[in-house]
Amino acid sequence: MGEGKHIDPATGTETVGHEWDGIEELDTPMPRWWLLTLYATIVFAIGYTIYYPAWPMIGGATAGLSHWSSRDQLSAEMKSESARRKPLMLALAQIPVERLPDDSKLMHAAIQGGAAAFRVNCVQCHGSGAAGGKGYANLNDDDWLWGGDLKTIYQTIDHGVRFAPDPATRVSQMPAFGRDGLLPPAQIGDVAAYVMTLSGAARPGASAARGSLVFAATCAACHGADGKGNRLLGAPNLTDRIWLYGGDRETIVETLTNGRGGVMPAWGGRLDPATVKMLAAYVHSLGGGEKFVPDAEPQGEAQAEAGKVPAPVKQNASR
Amino acid sequence: MLPADDLTNRARNQFFEKRRKVFPRQIDGPFRRFKWLVMVVTLTIYYASPWLRWNRGPHAPDQAVLIDLAHRRFYMFSIEIWPQEFYYVAGLLVMAALGLFLVTSAVGRAWCGYTCPQTVWTDLFLHVERFIDGDRNAQRKLDDAPWGPAKIARRLSKWSVWLAIGVLTGGAWIFYFADAPTLFHQLITGTAPRVAYATVFVLTMTTFIFGGFLREQVCIYMCPWPRIQGAMLDEQSLVVTYKAWRGEPRSHGVKRQLEAASLSPAGDCIDCLACVAVCPTGIDIRQGPQIGCITCALCIDACDEVMRRVGRPPKLIGYTTEVDEELARAGLPAKSPLRRVLRQRTIVYFTIWAAVGLAMLFTLGNRERLTLDIAQSRNPVWVRLSNGEIRNSFTIKLSNMEERPRRFIVTVDGIKGRLWDESRGSDQSVSALAYDVPADQVATHSLYLAAPDSGPQQTPILIVARALDRDGGQAVGKARFERPEESQ
Repeated sequence: MGEGKHIDPATGTETVGHEWDGIEELDTPMPRWWLLTLYATIVFAIGYTIYYPAWPMIGGATAGLSHWSSRDQLSAEMKSESARRKPLMLALAQIPVERLPDDSKLMHAAIQGGAAAFRVNCVQCHGSGAAGGKGYANLNDDDWLWGGDLKTIYQTIDHGVRFAPDPATRVSQMPAFGRDGLLPPAQIGDVAAYVMTLSGAARPGASAARGSLVFAATCAACHGADGKGNRLLGAPNLTDRIWLYGGDRETIVETLTNGRGGVMPAWGGRLDPATVKMLAAYVHSLGGGEKFVPDAEPQGEAQAEAGKVPAPVKQNASR
Repeated sequence: MLPADDLTNRARNQFFEKRRKVFPRQIDGPFRRFKWLVMVVTLTIYYASPWLRWNRGPHAPDQAVLIDLAHRRFYMFSIEIWPQEFYYVAGLLVMAALGLFLVTSAVGRAWCGYTCPQTVWTDLFLHVERFIDGDRNAQRKLDDAPWGPAKIARRLSKWSVWLAIGVLTGGAWIFYFADAPTLFHQLITGTAPRVAYATVFVLTMTTFIFGGFLREQVCIYMCPWPRIQGAMLDEQSLVVTYKAWRGEPRSHGVKRQLEAASLSPAGDCIDCLACVAVCPTGIDIRQGPQIGCITCALCIDACDEVMRRVGRPPKLIGYTTEVDEELARAGLPAKSPLRRVLRQRTIVYFTIWAAVGLAMLFTLGNRERLTLDIAQSRNPVWVRLSNGEIRNSFTIKLSNMEERPRRFIVTVDGIKGRLWDESRGSDQSVSALAYDVPADQVATHSLYLAAPDSGPQQTPILIVARALDRDGGQAVGKARFERPEESQ
């Protein structure tokens, strides 16, 4: 330590006593205000820990004079955020969902809000990209079981599909033709062969020709004579390239044998109508959305009040 | 080993040192007048800039210089910068740094001495101090005097004026970040945002403390720039220099100097300490170049006045370089100022500085005020449509950076396909999409592109946005159309 300390003649300041290759360091005194600033920060730090929660105790930290908590701050921020969004949510609650495209600003906001709500509520089944999976509909494409306009999508989200607790839920039923003994396995094979020809996945053959007869007698009631399905019944179009469970022969046979009956919960009871509208707008915006055509709806619904959705056509698969 | 008391006895060498009080004397002269001019110009720029108006049409603010943090825009007269163009600001900072290097290598610590805000405001505060307390000796006397009504009155009035300047300084600062007339009205009616008042308060206090009390302490202990400059100065740099070869040996007082002149060659310095008295940082320039010298040149003014009175040639203290000093000592003429300024170092700095500036001007003049950003959806990469086609989706952002609403046509090149967006279904596909983008805004849309499923797994495509107005202009983005592997 202090070895080599001496007064530097040029400055009159003492050196620290070290020397590196002939270079020495002056021990220049710090300014006093610097020291006072250090003391001031220490005083501030003590005051800070008294004012804010800081000191760990057995049952939690000290509350501090301010009683500040991050939870309170969050709830205050959420409150102000929901106050800010109030006009938007009010406008959304009032507008009939099919009229949303008329207000491009509201529509845009609805799509944004819907995207956020989708990530919280829907991705578990439909996937974060809404691409679905086996048995879970891909919402990006242009194939809709129940219809793809805003109002129909809203209805589906609001009441769900085959969701027993909601009396207005959408219901369709693909019977288990094989399991319930409605069709013998050979005929199921024939129908599968025929169904595959509908979408061009297989060439017509003898089996398909036999299957066409069975199809006309058994399946056409719901899926239509041409196999194009029926949205009123939720019966899928069998002539397109989109398959909810799979379009290979094995899967079709499985579908025919055991039937299908996926469930989608009704969100009307869990989310407020404005959020359901936002979800409908988001799903509609994913590229497969269809235009709302008022005439396509049943006559009785035209008089229905906005917000009070009339009972949907309740179809029990009546073959 | 040194004796123990030498290590513990800090009586002589304190760990901490009280600030030595500085009471600079008033002086007049060419450099002082130049400092007045610089002070007027710099303070006018600072206080007046936010009030300048600049017409940008109905869609943008009319403030000439505005940093609009809320809307993320930076306006400087005819230039508008968006956040993604922040590299212009980075470029300005690079230019500022290089400019400082250039100025330092050409004329020494001119920034410190004349234009640094710390120097300008301290100078202003010093004038206020002299106006209220009187000059050097009166100030010192008042400082030594016990606290009494007179001293309290003077201190209160001095601090009030300082605080008023501080409020004006902090007040002017916030006008750069909002419409100045509106914010001024809000400020005085008490309706301005709390952050505005907080900013004014903080800047008032920093101005008050830095200008009134810390002064040269900021330069010596806080500012990194003097240290950097110390490394940048060389034997060609202009520094304020006491010409020891002329001044030494010093003679104490005019009379003795005259007496001694006939016997032995006395120096020109009469040790009147005028140079020390006027120094705002309280140093003695005769000890040579030092960190405390901000080269404000007031000691030159002071010494020249004394030299004139004692009938000696001026510039015993003067701006000079080490090289010139050597020449002068040898009785040779100094190098021409032009040759001194135009040397390798300054030319290199100037070239880089000018290149950065020209590059920025060039890109500013040629930048497209329309940008198209494309993000290809990867989740899912492709979607099969019911007719078997493959669909890709893209999120496009159209930035209309002009101050007028514009309509853009978006098309896709490189693939035969159908195009639509989030507002319509695949049954309403088109060959081109039209978007109206409001002035100075970004429009975000989802673009859907469908093409037959037979084709290469990846097809390079171009998404083109064309502006439909007299200036035209277009932006092109590269993307890929992706098909499933098995569909080839």
